[in-house]
Amino acid sequence: MKKIVKRIAVFAMSAVMLAGNTMTVSADTGYTYGYDWWGDVQYSPDAYETIDVYTAVDLGLDKKLSSPEGLYVAGDKIFLCDTGNNRILELQRTDVDTIELVRTIDRISGNVEKKEFAAPTDVAVSEDGFLYVADRDNNRILKLDMDANYIMEFTKPVDATFDQSLSFLPSKITIDTAGRVYCVATNVNKGLIKYENDGTFSGFVGATPVTYDFSDYIWKKLATQEQRAQMESFVPTEYDNVYMDYEGFIYACTSKVTEEDLDSGAANPVRRINMMGNDILVRNGEWFIVGDLYWGAGGGYEGPSLFTDVTTMENDVYFCLDRNRGRIFAYDDQGRMLYCFGGNGNMDGYFKRPAALEHMGHDLLVLDSLDNSLTLFTPTEYGKLIFDAIEQFQKGDYDASGASWQAVMDRNGNYDLAYIGIGRSLLGQEKYEEAKEYFELKYDADNYSKAFKQYRKEWVEENIGVIFVLVFLCLCLPLAIGKLRALKREIDHADIFQDEE
Amino acid sequence: MLASLKKKETYLHYIDTLKYSLYCITHPLDGFWDLTHEKRGSIAAANTILILTLLARIFKLQYTSFIFNKVYWPEVNIFLYLASVLFPLALWCIGNWALTTLFDGKGRLSQVYMATCYGMTPYPLIQFPLIIFSNVVTVDEAEFYAMVSVISLVWAALLILAAMSQIHEYKMSKTLLFTVATGFAMLVMVFILLLFFSMISQGIAYFISIGKEILFRL
Repeated sequence: MKKIVKRIAVFAMSAVMLAGNTMTVSADTGYTYGYDWWGDVQYSPDAYETIDVYTAVDLGLDKKLSSPEGLYVAGDKIFLCDTGNNRILELQRTDVDTIELVRTIDRISGNVEKKEFAAPTDVAVSEDGFLYVADRDNNRILKLDMDANYIMEFTKPVDATFDQSLSFLPSKITIDTAGRVYCVATNVNKGLIKYENDGTFSGFVGATPVTYDFSDYIWKKLATQEQRAQMESFVPTEYDNVYMDYEGFIYACTSKVTEEDLDSGAANPVRRINMMGNDILVRNGEWFIVGDLYWGAGGGYEGPSLFTDVTTMENDVYFCLDRNRGRIFAYDDQGRMLYCFGGNGNMDGYFKRPAALEHMGHDLLVLDSLDNSLTLFTPTEYGKLIFDAIEQFQKGDYDASGASWQAVMDRNGNYDLAYIGIGRSLLGQEKYEEAKEYFELKYDADNYSKAFKQYRKEWVEENIGVIFVLVFLCLCLPLAIGKLRALKREIDHADIFQDEE
Repeated sequence: MLASLKKKETYLHYIDTLKYSLYCITHPLDGFWDLTHEKRGSIAAANTILILTLLARIFKLQYTSFIFNKVYWPEVNIFLYLASVLFPLALWCIGNWALTTLFDGKGRLSQVYMATCYGMTPYPLIQFPLIIFSNVVTVDEAEFYAMVSVISLVWAALLILAAMSQIHEYKMSKTLLFTVATGFAMLVMVFILLLFFSMISQGIAYFISIGKEILFRL
């Protein structure tokens, strides 16, 4: 009896020690999480960790940042719009954890009347090395060379489609390879304002197509003039921010969404806009790309995630910044959520009012306009493995991708994408039977069917002999038995035996 | 009762009545008429069909391919799951009998139960093979599964309708009317049950709080 008790105690101790070990591997702080197939929250190891949080002191500035709003990364250079101080800071990342001030741009030279900025809200660098500044309160977008010499400016569009009574307040800009400027302006809800590289206005792109259903039509017909005026008019959404990805597609996000639209999937707070102005974002995930799925009030915050900025990496993983709960959501090229991290608070890695998000390689930079700070994130080992797996799969290196996903799974057994990733790499290696097991575990019916179809084909080919024999028996046995019975009957009723009785 | 269990005829009769369900599902009008009028059905066989139906439900939960049936196991309660068949069945039988007995229905409560169970025969008959079928198909072939599954339900529903018309000796129009009426009767019963249970729980809570109050004062 004593022996058994002792054994149990030893077992329990070892179990506790084992549990302790795993605890250190994946510290479950609730900082990073994802959703499984059922939409249940699954906490995960941290995919990103902060390197440092940089304030004016760390950057060696003469005065504190004042509600900075714009951020742009070009190589190892970081351009930061210090909106409240009417200046632009050029920073350089000289080391993994060091960001240094290169210069401050607060005056422009050249043939222009207003030589100072008034609330610059965004900055961008074109491929041929020109600096574009959304100089909001001066109602212009400036094109400067790298020495802050005035080249040209983009002003309020003079066009019938632009309401001339509105003041032109450019807030966010992005530049394509041909030098065309796409601009998000406050109070403009027709989409992005597009300028040709010579400064002429060439229309709006990326407006939500105006749709209304039959019930809306009936209501409008029945309503009086006043009621109709009071009804919410069908206006396309107003974008919050834009990002030009490496392929020249514009990622745009908006926080002007209603909870009903998010619930029904009618709202698409993140879009990928092509040259035609159509939304081509892939949405193959189990859930809508809306950030948090549950909006319960907590910690003084309620309502859905409000995407205020978006950035896309070269592996087509894009990150959306939620200014409501201060979270960053990562989605892959299929629109499946990789993970989400962040929150509101004072600690490193938490935000007060996040305003802008950029990436430098795989590192992320977040600008906080209330805390007046810049947070630098870098992927953890776990985060790197996920990127490795995705990139290897995109290159067609299925074996390596499977190995990386396996390493991800070793660190997080609740991660659906790891199972599906392993399954997909097995599928690439034509190991159908194993692949289908992985897909079945995580309810991926489409991939399961692909694997199962091949598996079934192989099975039939292997067992074709048995199947033929079985079919043959099924068809012929009843026939044979019938024949035999008839024969027996004939013999039993044959005249010669009847005579003997 | 026990003595009859030892006789061979009891079992032969049981097998015969169970086999008769196969005749019923292919010849509903004739079959259900004879079910009660010629005593060709038995409660034992009806119970067997009901148990098979319940088993089909459980097996479906466990063994159907995840393509067609994704089960969130933490939320599954096997008793509630079975009650989702048994409770409506009980309400149906009582409601139908209570109404038809007032309007010239010839069927007794046990006959309503028996005929309804016989009418459910296609469900286990189709669903069991369908469980196996579900495991050898892909999403492309999912339409077949869905269609056959619907057929099993529609067939059972039509059989129950036919069964009701035959055992009560109703015309089809009257049967349809009383099927709808039974639906309302079921709703009324659910309402009364809810009322009853909430009253009871309120009453008990009242006495418990009085008891607590007294204990505090003592």
